[in-house]
Amino acid sequence: MSGVLPADLVALFGHFLLLSLLSIGGAITVAPDMHRVMVSQMGLLSDAQFNASIAIAQASPGPNVLFVAVMGYQAAGLAGAAATLFGIMLPSTTLALAAARWGHARREWRAVQAFKAGMAPIVIGLLFSTGWILSAQTPGWHQIPLTVAAAILVWRTRVHLLLLVGAGAVCGAMGWI
Amino acid sequence: MIDDPHLLAQPSSKKELFVAFTLLALQGFGGVIAIAQRVLCEQRHWLTREQFVEILAVAQVLPGPNVCNVALMIGDRFFGWRGAFAALAGMMAVPLVIVLILTALYAQYAMNPAVSGALRGMGAVSAGLIVGTGLKLVGALRSNPMQAPVCGAFLVVAFAAVALLRWPLVWVILALGLAACAYAWMRLRPRFASPEQP
Repeated sequence: MSGVLPADLVALFGHFLLLSLLSIGGAITVAPDMHRVMVSQMGLLSDAQFNASIAIAQASPGPNVLFVAVMGYQAAGLAGAAATLFGIMLPSTTLALAAARWGHARREWRAVQAFKAGMAPIVIGLLFSTGWILSAQTPGWHQIPLTVAAAILVWRTRVHLLLLVGAGAVCGAMGWI
Repeated sequence: MIDDPHLLAQPSSKKELFVAFTLLALQGFGGVIAIAQRVLCEQRHWLTREQFVEILAVAQVLPGPNVCNVALMIGDRFFGWRGAFAALAGMMAVPLVIVLILTALYAQYAMNPAVSGALRGMGAVSAGLIVGTGLKLVGALRSNPMQAPVCGAFLVVAFAAVALLRWPLVWVILALGLAACAYAWMRLRPRFASPEQP
């Protein structure tokens, strides 16, 4: 953790700035390239640390992009977390803000309305894909009833989401899935 | 749930925005989209379901974490860039501290079967939460200018391409998105004497 040079941190920051602009669909889509740089090229993380970063962030509350901070932290402490997290957030944040303003100012335009209408079903299809891919990550089929039950309860009832997550944690800890 | 944009509520301050997004982020395990939809549309009534889908569409197409882009856009709409910053900071600050603490603790508990089992169970539920949110948002397509069968076809093809065929997201969004937007553009053709729009 202490052997990381400032020059390495700057290089890491620079690389994450670039990855930010490529991360359509979220930071997880550029995770393979993060692996290439941090594990294979710079040797800042082991494979196990890399995988644990993603698992920890998923089990922790908040946006999944925080896995990027976990990687930086495991590689170089708080300075590393700052380098990776600011790197991945700055460009995309600036772009999102500019694009949202541009679109909102022109919301009566037919092109902007066509974009919103056309993308709506695709966005919902992508949500189903995310659920599917998350579910397929876990080998075996024991977890599927739990996933289906959670989906139906969210869709049809107002049961608190934390209650569902807690029930999932209990089922898992008991070794039922 | 409120469907009429005129009946919506608004956050009263940037602080309220920050607190709301902090609370929301702290309830989101394995992804924040499900809880964001519930809190923003159903509890606080800051957005209609349709507006949520619209914002999500922009957030999906742009690079960057989707929920962070959603927070930015909503904050910006209410209080400009300061609001955007407040919402994003709310989404990230406290969860960042928690995740770093968990990282420090993780090494000691990683091998515990109950802990890894609990993580697996939470993962299974969070997959279900996202699917359930998708099912809920299907209702937002009712007001879409494209007819229901066309919407359904785009939805199914997007799912098949990304989930089953595992095609790269960028190409799916580009190709399918272009086709869908072009079709929607035709359906939105101004009729009668309505003024021409650029």
